[in-house]
Amino acid sequence: MVKYICKRLGMAVVTIWLVATLTFFLMNMVPGGPFLSEKAVSPKAMEALEAKYGLDKPLFEQYCTYIGDALHGDFGDSLKQRGRTVSSIIASKFPVSARVGGLAVLAAFCVGVPLGCLSAMKRGKVGDNIIIVIATCGIAVPNFVVCTLLMYTFGAKLGWLPTLGLNSWKHYIMPVTALAFYPTAYITRLMRSSMLDVLGQDYMRTARAKGLNQFVSLFKHALRNAILPIITYLGPLLAYTVTGSFIVEKIFTIPGLGGEFIGSITNRDYTVIMGTTIFLATLMILMNVVVDIVYKIVDPRINLK
Amino acid sequence: MKENPNPLSFQARIRPEDFLPASDEEKQNLVVMRESVSFWKDGLRRLLKNKVAMVSLVAVIIIMLFSFVVPSFYPYSYEQQIRGSEHLAPMEYSEEEQARIDAGEKVFPHVFGTDKHGRDYAIRVMMGSRVSLIVGLVAAVIILIIGSLFGSIAAFFGGWVDILMMRIVDIIYTIPDVLLIVLLSFALKAPLETLSTMPGFGWVQTLGRNLISIFIVFALLYWGGMARMVRSQILTLKESEYVTAARALGASNARIIKKHLLTNCIGTLIVTTTLQIPSSIFTESFLSFLGLGVAVPMPSLGSLASDAINGLNTYPYLLFIPAVLISLIILSFNLLGDGLRDAFDPKMKN
Repeated sequence: MVKYICKRLGMAVVTIWLVATLTFFLMNMVPGGPFLSEKAVSPKAMEALEAKYGLDKPLFEQYCTYIGDALHGDFGDSLKQRGRTVSSIIASKFPVSARVGGLAVLAAFCVGVPLGCLSAMKRGKVGDNIIIVIATCGIAVPNFVVCTLLMYTFGAKLGWLPTLGLNSWKHYIMPVTALAFYPTAYITRLMRSSMLDVLGQDYMRTARAKGLNQFVSLFKHALRNAILPIITYLGPLLAYTVTGSFIVEKIFTIPGLGGEFIGSITNRDYTVIMGTTIFLATLMILMNVVVDIVYKIVDPRINLK
Repeated sequence: MKENPNPLSFQARIRPEDFLPASDEEKQNLVVMRESVSFWKDGLRRLLKNKVAMVSLVAVIIIMLFSFVVPSFYPYSYEQQIRGSEHLAPMEYSEEEQARIDAGEKVFPHVFGTDKHGRDYAIRVMMGSRVSLIVGLVAAVIILIIGSLFGSIAAFFGGWVDILMMRIVDIIYTIPDVLLIVLLSFALKAPLETLSTMPGFGWVQTLGRNLISIFIVFALLYWGGMARMVRSQILTLKESEYVTAARALGASNARIIKKHLLTNCIGTLIVTTTLQIPSSIFTESFLSFLGLGVAVPMPSLGSLASDAINGLNTYPYLLFIPAVLISLIILSFNLLGDGLRDAFDPKMKN
């Protein structure tokens, strides 16, 4: 187990390095630079700015400096937001995204799993059909449509919920609903099909035959086996959602990491792009490792090699 | 045959008559009565029985007719700005048009109203769904080609080739896709512009630079899922006897992959490709919504929805129509894909 985790972490470091390298060169291949869009920058000032951030040096040297600094935990200063380090930007923006995203994933899990179970147990009945129709439609509706419809009905027409910012718990309802919409539908479908699979297994019949009531057989035998695919899906989902859905953050003007990331790309804020990409990639890879370990705890049959 | 005199004897009692040629009657018994059902026929039969899939197939065909055929004889064009008829509600006429109707002229109604520039919204929605469908279909084909080749090569050769190729897939999965999309659309700007001025490449201009960069992005980013799927299929298929037989007969690796391995996972390929279409449309609408998609004045369903947000309170139908349509397109392709999976690949579930 320890050996496996070490191996995975070693692989993760290599992957993160490759991602960083790829992003660095791709980013610099794009014509234009961080200071081009600013008005009235004299060539002298431009040179001074580039010299200050080391942008006048050859690309490979910049790359070596960056990787060296990053290894020491220094991701540099933002090129656009004067006086702020990349680490401080991530540290201030990430918790916002994490709160909204984490709530959304939690909501999706808490709604999707019971709905999927219910639908599998009532297979073919009216309840199952209703749940399946809703879940199928839920997968087909894009994120931005959900956002705007929510905003139109609850924000503009009914006036029940505030539409912008994140000041009270009421502000969280709409972004979290919008973010949780697709994953809930997906988890419901996934849970239903894997539950149906498990319910058809021989050990379920054995459990019922030896006199266990439906509740115990469901929770002890069926749920534990059926939840495995959900866990696999949950890892990447958590990483994606927590780092912020760009659309949701844009529409509800939430000061999260997603919006920051998009902004940094359009502004060519090289250091912020690099910092956020490395951060997102690390989070993603760590989530996958965590999922594998949770997998092992939930299902002891799985042998991690 | 005569009754065996000694039922306990194991000695075979063969007589010369047993070796005579079979009579016609005996031959008749061996003929298979029913015509053999091929893979395609069997799948098609199952598909035709599936009502949900058939309804969604009809929906897809209707949407395709409206987005590819109807615009060619529709009385308005998607970029034509009609003065005086800005912001008309569905089926409403402007004063000028009303005057023409009163004078006995025939004016085609604005079925979905007009937008803020006085452009007929119905034709814009049709063109938008055309763009979305083209993106979905072309991207699915690109992903099919790259993903199936990549996956089959990785699985067939195995060993370090497999490890290396799958690592590449993992890395592509790890890079945030929005980053690559934005960077690529910036990076491809200049090369595509010079390309469009060259002789023989005029189509680049007509197709739109952004559309092409979206295709390139899809080609680079989203084949990972397909590659993994094909790889896992071929890993089991390549152990089959017919692969050994083909190799013994001297078939080359390329021939084995093409003729034996990929043809045997055709069910998976069809299903994954069909299910890829809605997810590509999904991504395209997301990109257009962020303003990274197709270029103006060409509409796409995502950009139409995005434009409609500013006037949401006054003109909500401008958002609802593309939103409903895009959900409908994705829904029908999803259901069709599910039907195809049940018909052609019953083993594959989620």
